[in-house]
Amino acid sequence: MKLTRSPSFKILTEPLQKNNPISNQILGICSALAVTVQLNTAIVMSVALTAVVAFSNLTISLLRNIIPRNIRIIVEVAVIATLVILADEIIRAFMYQISKQLSVFVGLIITNCIVMGRAETYAMSNPPWRSFLDGIGNGLGYSSVLIGVAFIRELLGSGKLLGFQIVPAMFYEAGYRNMGIMLLAPGAFIIIGLFSWWQNIMKKE
Amino acid sequence: MENLIGLALNSVFVGNILLAYFLGMCSFIAVSKNMQTAIGLGFAVIFVLSITTPANWLVYHYLLAPGALAWAGLPGMDLSFLKFILFIAVIAALVQGVEMIIDRYLSGLYNALGVFLPLITVNCAILGTSLFMVEREYTFSETLVYGVGSGTGWMLAIVSMAAIRRKLRYADVPKGLEGFGITMITTGLIAMAFMLFSGITL
Repeated sequence: MKLTRSPSFKILTEPLQKNNPISNQILGICSALAVTVQLNTAIVMSVALTAVVAFSNLTISLLRNIIPRNIRIIVEVAVIATLVILADEIIRAFMYQISKQLSVFVGLIITNCIVMGRAETYAMSNPPWRSFLDGIGNGLGYSSVLIGVAFIRELLGSGKLLGFQIVPAMFYEAGYRNMGIMLLAPGAFIIIGLFSWWQNIMKKE
Repeated sequence: MENLIGLALNSVFVGNILLAYFLGMCSFIAVSKNMQTAIGLGFAVIFVLSITTPANWLVYHYLLAPGALAWAGLPGMDLSFLKFILFIAVIAALVQGVEMIIDRYLSGLYNALGVFLPLITVNCAILGTSLFMVEREYTFSETLVYGVGSGTGWMLAIVSMAAIRRKLRYADVPKGLEGFGITMITTGLIAMAFMLFSGITL
């Protein structure tokens, strides 16, 4: 069987385009916008979220037969919160500067609807390996939007990518200006709106 | 006192929890389709924020902060890494408790807000406000004002969005931009309008 036909591959790639958690299911945008002023914070946030979704899906899927139905939400929140605390401590230990910029948004992964949603709808009724892949797939779908938005905002807003100057000094001398609006909140809203428009057009073709 | 009024204005307008910090987006998009529910959810958020933020302040300053356990004879303890899990537990427990109390004694209020209360537990605006309160090191009175102000700001945003979406129904939006896309762009424009308040200081 070809790799691209296998069910695992499908689980992994479906959330990337066709069923993207942010622009299609409208989940988890809360944190998606705030950390996209710079590319490097967006990348760290994406990695943190992907790890949390994948491992929370794995854990909950392993426990799915012993969690009593009525208290499953509490169990899910406890598992997710533990993973988020781990992620937060790791980021603070190894990337202190970035953790300052991310401020409260790592903690807000707990209430990110993607994590809860996948745990509730997928991991509770599927075997561990598939749930793990589903978590990674959804994490990557989230990351693709986050990194895309951050790329545009940092490039247009400050002329840099990952902190390196990209727009040459020659342009500035010729009268080019950075778009200040991209660094502020409205820029993020407008970019993500246009992003979902583009994705809808791509999907139709 | 002046400081508190400034903080209130700031949390409602300039530092609007939704338009400047993007918190509570999920329910903002889902619920702003309908004016009536938008108003109901707005009041519920104000209500819950003005209870949970001060409660979490007490929890943080008497249980979690470095040295907070001095009253229990443990001055060297620093449990602040537990704040995520404890805050969400406090929020969930308080919301549940409040729901039971108003169901028992204030059935009118329960009919208006009841459906929204469980939804609010997972609204990131609630947890976000508590986390900001810790990060910005507010005092107790500032926390009270900040909680109410943030809720009011959120309600203002969702109600104006619901009003705009009602008008948008008659607009000719390009296909593909309908729904999510145009909502985000409109939100961007509202956010721009709110930023005009940033020159005002008390």
